[in-house]
Amino acid sequence: MKEVQIDELQELLNSFANKDVYIHLETTNGAYATHFDEKVFNAGAFIRNAKIRYELAKIIEDTPHRVGLKMEHGWVYAQGITHYEVDEKGRLLMAGLDFTGKLAVALEISETPFSY
Amino acid sequence: MTLQPQRQILVVFPHPDDEAFSSAGTIRLYRNMGVPVTYACLTLGEMGRNLGNPPFATRESLPEIRREELKAACKHMGIEDLRMMGLRDKTVEFEDDEKMVNLVKDLIDELNPSLIITFLPGYAVHPDHEATGRAVVEAVRRMPKEDRPTLYTVGFANNTVAEKGEPNIEIDITSVKTDKVKTLQAHASQTAWMIEDYQKRIDEGDNWLDKERFYLFNFED
Repeated sequence: MKEVQIDELQELLNSFANKDVYIHLETTNGAYATHFDEKVFNAGAFIRNAKIRYELAKIIEDTPHRVGLKMEHGWVYAQGITHYEVDEKGRLLMAGLDFTGKLAVALEISETPFSY
Repeated sequence: MTLQPQRQILVVFPHPDDEAFSSAGTIRLYRNMGVPVTYACLTLGEMGRNLGNPPFATRESLPEIRREELKAACKHMGIEDLRMMGLRDKTVEFEDDEKMVNLVKDLIDELNPSLIITFLPGYAVHPDHEATGRAVVEAVRRMPKEDRPTLYTVGFANNTVAEKGEPNIEIDITSVKTDKVKTLQAHASQTAWMIEDYQKRIDEGDNWLDKERFYLFNFED
């Protein structure tokens, strides 16, 4: 993955619009967050291989970036995106890596289902 | 304490590297004695957070990296029977409880272990650790008392010692310390940033790599 280049990523997001796509969306502060600091309220969410179709995608310039997908009946968004790549299977993998290189958020889009 | 003789050991942990931190030295000692060890690793740690910055992996490439690390770690421990059980990281507790118990039961029926190493339910911190420990304990609890293998369990929650006392099994692994460090190093995607710290701690005379500690699980009935 490389650091976000807005124009290129916007084009990639556009390329999946108006198609049935599978998404992986994840936010996390790690299973050990409360173990290391009992004051941390540990929350996160995970969805993998939800099939959606979006009509509009937008990446916002602020760093780290926010990415929003508008669907016919709702929204998907991720906050904190720093890196992305198109992998060898043509999937758009976006991630937000914190200052120590730990994943804090991921949003991935694919025309074929992700593995289990 | 001296190592108790064993016929067959079954190690059940959910993530590649759980074994490295908790029991690599003990496993190596038993392998050096010729005791067969089977390691059932339930997931590939697919949800590991450390991807680096700049990143060395993606969410999708991490599992294959960790699969290779796990195989290399097993070489350092001398484990010849590695079972990758195909569950997904962070979902173990959401699997059907009976399915989990049966997964362990099938391994016990096949291998007839005299010792099982796993996590201590209630004190294992990570939800996958808890679910793994629960499944193992329940599978063994259902066996006739006289057939039950010994259970060495790993607990490291902040309240473990306060509530359970000090671990009652303490194994001196100084003679295989190098193998333990190599096992930890094999899981580089998870441990690379700690390796310097390990060496520093050893140089400073810290003895945390001299011993591995377990709670001997005590069934009430």
